[in-house]
Amino acid sequence: MTRMSIAAALNAGLRKALEADRHVMLMGEDIGRLGGVFRVTDGLQKDFGPARVIDTPLAESAIVGTAVGLAMRGYRPVVEIQFDGFVYPAYDQIVNQVARLHSRSGGTQRMPIVIRIPYGGGIGAIEHHSESPEAQFVMTPGLKVLAPSSPHDAYWMVQQAVASDDPIVLMEPKRRYWETGEVGDDPDPLWSSQVRRPGGDATLVTYGPMVATCLAAAEAAAAEDREIEVVDLRTLSPLDLAPVVASVRRTGRVVVVHEAQRTLGLGAEVAARITEQCFFHLEAPVGRVTGYDIHYPPSRAEEHFLPDVDRILDAVDATFDAAGAELASSERPGGIA
Amino acid sequence: MHPSLSTTASPAAAAFDESDLVRLLTPDGRRVEHPDAAWSGSEDDLLALHRDMVLTRRIDTEGYALQRHGELGLWPPSLGQEAVQVGTARALRPHDMAFPTYRDHGVTWVRGVPPERLLGLYRGSEQGGWDPAEHGVALPAIIIGAQTLHAAGYAMGVLMDEAVGHDDAAKDAAVAVYLGDGATSQGDTLEALSWAASFTLPVVFVIENNQYAISTPTNRPGGVPLVRRADGFGIPGVRVDGNDVLACRAVMETALQRARDGRGPTLIEAVTFRRGAHTTSDDPTRYRESAEEEYWEARDPIARVRALLDATGSHAEALAALDAEADALGEHLRAACRAVPDPDLADLFDRMYVESTPELQEQREAVLAWRALGDEEAAR
Repeated sequence: MTRMSIAAALNAGLRKALEADRHVMLMGEDIGRLGGVFRVTDGLQKDFGPARVIDTPLAESAIVGTAVGLAMRGYRPVVEIQFDGFVYPAYDQIVNQVARLHSRSGGTQRMPIVIRIPYGGGIGAIEHHSESPEAQFVMTPGLKVLAPSSPHDAYWMVQQAVASDDPIVLMEPKRRYWETGEVGDDPDPLWSSQVRRPGGDATLVTYGPMVATCLAAAEAAAAEDREIEVVDLRTLSPLDLAPVVASVRRTGRVVVVHEAQRTLGLGAEVAARITEQCFFHLEAPVGRVTGYDIHYPPSRAEEHFLPDVDRILDAVDATFDAAGAELASSERPGGIA
Repeated sequence: MHPSLSTTASPAAAAFDESDLVRLLTPDGRRVEHPDAAWSGSEDDLLALHRDMVLTRRIDTEGYALQRHGELGLWPPSLGQEAVQVGTARALRPHDMAFPTYRDHGVTWVRGVPPERLLGLYRGSEQGGWDPAEHGVALPAIIIGAQTLHAAGYAMGVLMDEAVGHDDAAKDAAVAVYLGDGATSQGDTLEALSWAASFTLPVVFVIENNQYAISTPTNRPGGVPLVRRADGFGIPGVRVDGNDVLACRAVMETALQRARDGRGPTLIEAVTFRRGAHTTSDDPTRYRESAEEEYWEARDPIARVRALLDATGSHAEALAALDAEADALGEHLRAACRAVPDPDLADLFDRMYVESTPELQEQREAVLAWRALGDEEAAR
């Protein structure tokens, strides 16, 4: 049991992965001498050498495209996309090559590639530095998508991702990089959702940077004697909805929370599945609190874009007022699906 | 469109300046020397290259005919590009890796991919068709230029394996990547060249400049030859007669050896011509002149080797045997095409991941059960 930040946990996890297998190598802009702009790879080039921790030219398509060739040669590349919004120049290689080659080759060509993306807002950044593109990878067959929310998950998930023979997009909650927590001795099963806080009155379903926000909301609700269960999806593709379904069948009320824009965001899929599997257990429509369908705003307005405790609690309140919920959906910032 | 934005001016045949091409065999089949390239192969070597080109052309002819008979949905013809494909691929060693385009039937032939494996993609039965590791040849990327980065990455792996610079044919390896002139407009290609130069990668870029990206001519008049792209990256560039199999083989051997020695990448511009359509879906008479086609027909890569063979002795027996071999190959392909199995529904789900997911398994079972129900009803 050690206490550390998410950034430090990722660093330690990458170190373990590099030690465990000589075919593991890291590649990205500024990850070597600088240690990455968030210092997630700090010190790794010094210890593992410039041939295993590679500073690349500034070319995102090439960072991912060359990882394809490295995987074909038997390596296990872990590539860093410096910021979420910079992944789009590499989107073609991710979607058309990384995701497809195992299938295209009749299952013979493995693509054990990890694509690390620091994502999400809340750090006062400029344009293209606060995006939440996870749904675009979730809807791409052939990829798997992970979203750690704690140092414990960060430490173990990055190692599990590197060990996987399937290509994995690791969405790292950049605004939580410096928050600390305990890293335990054993990982949770990789493809599992986890209940982060139990409660019988309503369910919050979330992942990544919003887990801490939802836990804060549940804490605030508890002060008013309302017990909210918080489920951390952890794995966005494939989804593990069994804990969500079990929770919603007990509570009858659920709100899905994420930073990404609402329309066709992951919350839409989760809400649809809950409706399919829990329809007769629901006391109210499935609620969603998300970003809005605008570009991630200039940082001086991001507090209005990002779901916060008040918007989440307002949406939970609405599930207790089911009769009024549908009417209210167009007026509430949180909204009801 | 504003005239200054037009890219559709047809390159007149007369515009080709052949003076800077590396050439060892003239269009009429005479051997010539060049200071930067040498061919010292035997008569048998010449016959072998000729055989590869004839059989590549036969694969192409059959693929074209199969499409016209409705057996294939599409076919990208390689007619006219046999020399660059066969010549360069024959310079590869078994443990080298090739990254071809979808038109490189000669490259896959030389690397030992059974030609019927090309048919699945175009028949609608496969999205690839072979294990890249088995033959040392990657699956072609349909997205133009994507493979240049895969090749650069693979070459990084070769370097990391320390598989260059031993002066040992068994140890040292190189990577070849093929691209068309159209791919030189793609960002990925420029990133790959930058990467290869930055890391001194053991990779050879072979641009098959066949003059057209579908209907858009290589922007040569008023521009610069593609080979000069190499200058900007500080890597050597060679412009070779792409219809001269001897020159193609010679310059490729030099470039590959440079790569194997650890001295880095080379860019080869092989000047050739796609005699057919881009694919069976387009009509080249809409975008080019018959004079241009006649110009290139007179530079046919197989005819000029045949002329050399005819001049050097009698090969009647070998050539007759080759005719029979090509006929047998054609017959085999026609039968093999009809024998290509339809896609297996379960397999489409099973090959998505190394470790499948519960959701995907559920979908797989559902579609199989649904199909079984349909089969049952049909049987009643």
